Amino acid sequence: MITILDTLTILAVSAGTLFFIAGTVGLLRFPDVLTRLHALTKVDNLGLGLVVLGLLPHASGLLGALKLVSVWLLALISGAIVTQLIARAIR
Amino acid sequence: MTIPFAFDIGTAMLLIAVGGWMMVAQGTMVAVIIFVVYGLLMAIAWVRLSAVDVALTEAAIGSGITGMLLLSAAARLRQTEVTSTLPSFPIRLLSGVLCAAITSGLAVVVLLPADVAPTLAPMAMANLPETGLGNPVAGVLFAFRALDTLLEKVVLLLALLGVWSLAPDRLWGGVPALDSYAPPNDILVFFAQVLPPFGIVFAIYMTWTGASNPGGAFQGGTVLAVMWLLVMMAGVVRAPPISCLRLRWLLVAGPVLFLMVGLAGFALAAGFLAYPAGYAKPLIVVVEIGLALSIGATLGLLAAGPPERNHQP
Repeated sequence: MITILDTLTILAVSAGTLFFIAGTVGLLRFPDVLTRLHALTKVDNLGLGLVVLGLLPHASGLLGALKLVSVWLLALISGAIVTQLIARAIR
Repeated sequence: MTIPFAFDIGTAMLLIAVGGWMMVAQGTMVAVIIFVVYGLLMAIAWVRLSAVDVALTEAAIGSGITGMLLLSAAARLRQTEVTSTLPSFPIRLLSGVLCAAITSGLAVVVLLPADVAPTLAPMAMANLPETGLGNPVAGVLFAFRALDTLLEKVVLLLALLGVWSLAPDRLWGGVPALDSYAPPNDILVFFAQVLPPFGIVFAIYMTWTGASNPGGAFQGGTVLAVMWLLVMMAGVVRAPPISCLRLRWLLVAGPVLFLMVGLAGFALAAGFLAYPAGYAKPLIVVVEIGLALSIGATLGLLAAGPPERNHQP
């Protein structure tokens, strides 16, 4: 039996996967470093964010949910900063 | 075919493909970057094999610190790479034949396994409760094979001495030139101010939980080392001169503590590196904390490289 929460999981994780695929295609197909970085940030931010959002209803309690969210936040901050550093290095 | 099975096959294929790509890659720098990716994939494979301790070590050391060491080595060798020529044909042929021999030897071992695989795992698990530890890996590292672990830490110190000895005489006791990696960079400074609090808490947790869960001094120490490298690279903290006495005490503190606990075993327990009954776990935790600090300092200085300028107080 599929509940509303399960539906949310399926929808969010699928949407997240879509961003991962789109980001990977962008990484492979875009012409220069800046546009490739642009594609990659969507994977970090939205792709991982949606996957985490989808997994939240299945986390083991509040602590598990908090762990998932902090994984996303750490990926966000390191992704954003590393992207900036690479972009500056090639300028 | 179930989904986990398909995932495992996919990971294995990807590992072989990335390994092959690493060998044919043009240029050392590219090969090193592929090596880092390979290490991360390897960590996923170890998780799938339920070897979380190995996975953590692989991700932190195999891929992280080793990757950084190889990157700085590749950067140093960049000038020589252009002029270097391919080794002569006989040498290439010989290395190819030797590699093929090793691969086929391994293939024979894998394809024709012994009827009963030799293992000490049941014995290790049976004796684990006596140590008071919950993590069998920590039990093996600090109780059953403690001598190996002790010597491993000494080898790390020897490796650091090897790196330091690359410095010319006039720079001995100088400062590793880490902050000259990048010009002052406000984003890196911001990162170096935001991340270390989380990193240090994580390192403490990893070291502490190592007694009963996957983790331990080596992984925790690596996280400490990386946090230290980050603040040194961003210029938030200055790299210490290698002649600094406090630094040298920090480097040897873990191994010395371990050795002292080991020697105390002669008087208080069955012998060298034996723990008195009932005190095994607290002693191991204390040793692990000391080791995590020393490993953090050693790995950080290893990656920072030999001193490259004189210390200006």
